Amino acid sequence: MSPDSPIFKTATELSADLTAGKISSVELTRAMIERVETVDEKVHAFLHLDQEDALAQAKASDERRSKGECLSPLDGIPVGLKDVISVKDQPLTAASKILENYRSPYDATVTVKLKEAGAVVAGRLNLDEFAMGSSTENSAYGPTRNPWDLERVPGGSSGGSSAAVAAREVPLSLGSDTGGSIRQPASLCGVVGMKPTYGMVSRYGLAAFASSLDQIGPFSTTVEDAALLLETISGHDPLDSTSFPKDIPSYSGELKNPAQPGVIGLPKEFFGPGMDDEVRAKVDQTIEHYRSLGYQTKEVSLPSTDLSIPVYYVIATAEASSNLARYDGIRYTSRSERAQNAIDVYAKSRGEGFGSEVKRRCLLGAYGLSSGYYDAYYLRAQKARTLIRQDFERVFKEVDAVLTPTAPTPAFKFGEKSEDPISMYLSDIYTISTNLAGLPGISVPCGFTQSGLPVGMQLIGQAFEESKLLNIAHAYDRDHLYGRQAPNL
Amino acid sequence: MEYEAVIGLEVHVQLNTRSKMFTRVGTGFGQPPNTLTDPVVLGLPGALPVMNRDAIEKSIKVGLLLGCKIAEVCKWDRKNYFYPDMPKNYQISQFDQPICEGGEVEIEMPGENPAKMGAHRMVELTRIHLEEDVGKLTHYEQDSLVDYNRAGSPLLEIVSEPDMHSPDEVFAYLTSLRNSLVAAGISACDMEKGQLRCDANISVRPKGTTALGTKVEIKNLNTISGVRNGVEYEIRRQIRAIEEGTEIIQETRRWNPEQKYTTPMRTKEMAHDYRYFPDPDLMPVKIDEAWIDRVAKELPEKPFDKQRRYQEEMNLPYSATSSLCGDHLLCAYFEEATALAKSPTKTANWVVNDLLRELSQANKVDEFAEESNEAITPQSCPVSPQSLAELINLIEDGKLTNNVAKELFPEMFATGKTVSDLIKEKGLDQKSDDGEIEGICADAIANDSDAAEKFRGGKEGAINALKGAVMKATRGQANPKVVDETLRRLLS
Repeated sequence: MSPDSPIFKTATELSADLTAGKISSVELTRAMIERVETVDEKVHAFLHLDQEDALAQAKASDERRSKGECLSPLDGIPVGLKDVISVKDQPLTAASKILENYRSPYDATVTVKLKEAGAVVAGRLNLDEFAMGSSTENSAYGPTRNPWDLERVPGGSSGGSSAAVAAREVPLSLGSDTGGSIRQPASLCGVVGMKPTYGMVSRYGLAAFASSLDQIGPFSTTVEDAALLLETISGHDPLDSTSFPKDIPSYSGELKNPAQPGVIGLPKEFFGPGMDDEVRAKVDQTIEHYRSLGYQTKEVSLPSTDLSIPVYYVIATAEASSNLARYDGIRYTSRSERAQNAIDVYAKSRGEGFGSEVKRRCLLGAYGLSSGYYDAYYLRAQKARTLIRQDFERVFKEVDAVLTPTAPTPAFKFGEKSEDPISMYLSDIYTISTNLAGLPGISVPCGFTQSGLPVGMQLIGQAFEESKLLNIAHAYDRDHLYGRQAPNL
Repeated sequence: MEYEAVIGLEVHVQLNTRSKMFTRVGTGFGQPPNTLTDPVVLGLPGALPVMNRDAIEKSIKVGLLLGCKIAEVCKWDRKNYFYPDMPKNYQISQFDQPICEGGEVEIEMPGENPAKMGAHRMVELTRIHLEEDVGKLTHYEQDSLVDYNRAGSPLLEIVSEPDMHSPDEVFAYLTSLRNSLVAAGISACDMEKGQLRCDANISVRPKGTTALGTKVEIKNLNTISGVRNGVEYEIRRQIRAIEEGTEIIQETRRWNPEQKYTTPMRTKEMAHDYRYFPDPDLMPVKIDEAWIDRVAKELPEKPFDKQRRYQEEMNLPYSATSSLCGDHLLCAYFEEATALAKSPTKTANWVVNDLLRELSQANKVDEFAEESNEAITPQSCPVSPQSLAELINLIEDGKLTNNVAKELFPEMFATGKTVSDLIKEKGLDQKSDDGEIEGICADAIANDSDAAEKFRGGKEGAINALKGAVMKATRGQANPKVVDETLRRLLS
């Protein structure tokens, strides 16, 4: 593949090329389809790609542009969606057998916003079933492979979304992040991935995993592109009661006026044992770079950090046990052929339709909500969640952002952690508290290990201060652009 | 031994909001199956609930009307259980913070006879909470079909204390509650359409003791008579069981209205663990004083308060007020008419006798009709309150006899013509012209000197023969009062 191919360009560059008439959306979309046909056999980031529909959208974009009716900088640019985000008349499987034959009759709010911006909404991207997992090994349709090393996982749960961008199958994609499901795979695949503040992006149309934690966010190769996609999908939605009424600035525009270097907090609880040495080295270099840019760094403490994994696994599973109850074999989900009566329809359809991690979490969650256990688990977890949030509130009185590694290790091998749920759960150890506190977090590529695996660093910002967070991330990213390095496929 | 029943009711009332509890799709009855649905109602992946403020407002209204304490925050919980009528397999409801707490419902027990007012008392309420309704299942031999049109409609659950002791009290409670809710305009409370549904918790104990017996919940009490019969049956069943020495098990039983008995549905051991937890998709909503004050301004007069006012201010007989006050539309009609008419009592009697009779005939269900028409209300009926007042005033002024008025009323109702239209059309002007009547009276006396003599001789009743002759001669159109006066003057 020629390095001049549009697939190696950022969305920002492609937008300029489209404006300049150097390329059409149809040509771009064709190049993307061709790339998918060439590399996705190896990567398996896509669960479905409706080529005809993608090309029709691209054609419509070109027609708009020729009439001078271009809708936004994203007009004509392909964006892939994690297969939990509804697109009208397209499949939505959540990588589960139980939704094998379901097509969504409506658009998610983010889908509406993308379509209104003229983006070519193309492709259903692989994930851990119902976004439960950190490796995309829990997909009922087979795992996605890390484009940097096909023997390794892409991370998860949005592994298809991160791998598709890393493999240059699509310049932009959306994922969802409940405990790190955008940032961790971004880190493992060497791309940018951002989880916005809870309430920034509408969840309407996102098949829910844990309602109080889920948030949709962008994947891209640069922070600049992430800002462009984030500003397109953000904003108050009357269809989502948890969406926050707030005006959305032009994040990409604000990157052009960088703020004065501020203070970056380094939480000591995140730099303890368990972190891979090479990851530590890359993060240390990142910290050094910020210092060289004039940033102050400061050790801070988030003392409730060790509560975050247990708290998360009580709250997230409780919500999931209830959210996934609708997949029951009665209406639109697959019904077991062995079902003899109503109870069978539930038990057998769910038994056959769900994978083991989903079952494990539904059981865990139902247990924590059961009468007699509620106070000891769910209620206590909610109280601990408040402590975690208060930790961050205290720290943000002194710093502008918190910097941590995104994941404790680079991409691991298939099967390495899948037999041991706890070790798998620990790969989200640096990302989970952000969700519990509802804060924005971004993973930015910060180099490669000696064996060539990408490493990511995470910046956590104050609630609804996406602009500031993106600015700080961009200050590092524009000097390195590790995300622009493409794997050999 | 004598026994006493202890009964608490859980009444579900569908609020008449235009859209459903958590989505924009409309509510309604009798639509083709599964047409009042959308991604939220069907619980599709990704669909999210958004609270209907009108439903909250209507719940506040009910709470204020029944004297409840209104919660400062409206909070939502999920009640988790699997059932095919529930699309999400959880119901959005209110668990530990209901929108209303406490309150009471005034009830009236039957009097000695329909003309006598019965005893009044208050039935205490525990709480009122708001939730979403479920769909409707229809079972066939091999399959069951589900219609989600009703699913997601706002449903108010009104829970009473175990504060009733007889089927009569239960009946009085439901009647009073329904009258209040209909008057407040929050629901039509039509049990046949499932807009009002009732479950009863029943236990019995030896009369005079205070400890509660084992409670049994009765479901499927879907008509007012069903409630009365079901409760009556269950009380008898429990007393019989105790007398036979059988233990009463805490369970849920279903009332079978055809066979008229209750059968077990599930025991306490089979009870669900609903795993309630706060719904993370919905933010708690603050209900501030200003909101409550605004709703308080729209509260209707309570039916029993209205009844007392009619008796005190207008001196209406009890029987008329009890007929009126069970129907707030009839009351509204009455008040409009009586403001123009000369006699409140006559107006009330015309409304509860003649108007009500015509209305009920007009609304008789035509079982062969293809579709049911909108019911005719006092407000939509062809006789306006002004028209009725005109009729009453003509009688009061002696310009129309009561008998003729009674004959004309059905025609007014059928045609929408006013009484003066009909009088003109039929040449029925009552003859009050003194000169003409005097001539006719003089003729009558001359033609029946016998009767005239008897009257002059002190036989009072003899005048009736003369009156009859006058009325015959005038074809009933003479004002009886004028005839009476004229005859007496001529005979004196």
